[in-house]
Amino acid sequence: MIVLRTIVALICGSLFGLGLSISGMLDPHRVRGFLDVTGAWDPSLIFVLAGGVIVATIGYRLSRLLPRPLLDRRFDLPTKTAIDAPLLLGSAIFGIGWGIAGFCPGPAIASLTLGIGPAFLFVVTMLVGMIAHDRLIPRLIPTEPVKGARP
Amino acid sequence: MLSFLPSLAGGALIGLSAVLLLVLNGRIAGISGIVGGLFSGSDARLVMNVAFVIGLLLGPLLFLAMFGTWPVVRIETSLPWLGVAGLVVGFGTRLGSGCTSGHGILGLARLSPRSMAAVAVFLSMAMATVYLTHVGGVG
Repeated sequence: MIVLRTIVALICGSLFGLGLSISGMLDPHRVRGFLDVTGAWDPSLIFVLAGGVIVATIGYRLSRLLPRPLLDRRFDLPTKTAIDAPLLLGSAIFGIGWGIAGFCPGPAIASLTLGIGPAFLFVVTMLVGMIAHDRLIPRLIPTEPVKGARP
Repeated sequence: MLSFLPSLAGGALIGLSAVLLLVLNGRIAGISGIVGGLFSGSDARLVMNVAFVIGLLLGPLLFLAMFGTWPVVRIETSLPWLGVAGLVVGFGTRLGSGCTSGHGILGLARLSPRSMAAVAVFLSMAMATVYLTHVGGVG
């Protein structure tokens, strides 16, 4: 099963990267044009979200009919429901970075394949930011369960 | 130009990828979660996460094979600001438990109130930031 799951993950990643490439999301110029609602707004990227959400909505509804995923024991879905400070603060911080660069994590990583220097810089500092969060935040907020912490 | 058609098709492919990962593997295709999981050292599905990221890197190559040209990537932000943006995107997506994929595609499809709030916040912050960079000349 783990071999099958790994193949599925590889195929899904490829489809995701291909979808990003076709959609225009890989191009920070277009992403920033999409975000530039007060200037020369390019609304076309709203269709990426529309296409993705429509397909995902149908698929998610279908997945609810299954007792478990076809290749694993259980669905691994988010369990948190509270709209809390980390969610809002983190999303706000992410939005600032997305606006500055026009890159979000998926397109930034996929664009590495094109061998563009500035994209490497973005991905490296993005990884530093992720690791910094994972090291710092569980210490600052000890009540939050640390993933994988030993008892 | 019908520039929205490739966007719609690409978006649908992203949605299909997310659905397959959910139905087959039972997992949410959230890029910041999958990439973050590579470094947490505790994710038992490390191999799966690595496979997904390798696939993500193969995406532009598939595009090249299908259309005979690389996808367009135009980075206009200066290097120092790009570095800052990367830090902020990495930290923010981990703190906010997701980015444009996990919250944006699957979160909205699941009608998750958390994801709806996250999308509203990061989209409006990103729009405000682009406005401010035009006014202030940042980037």
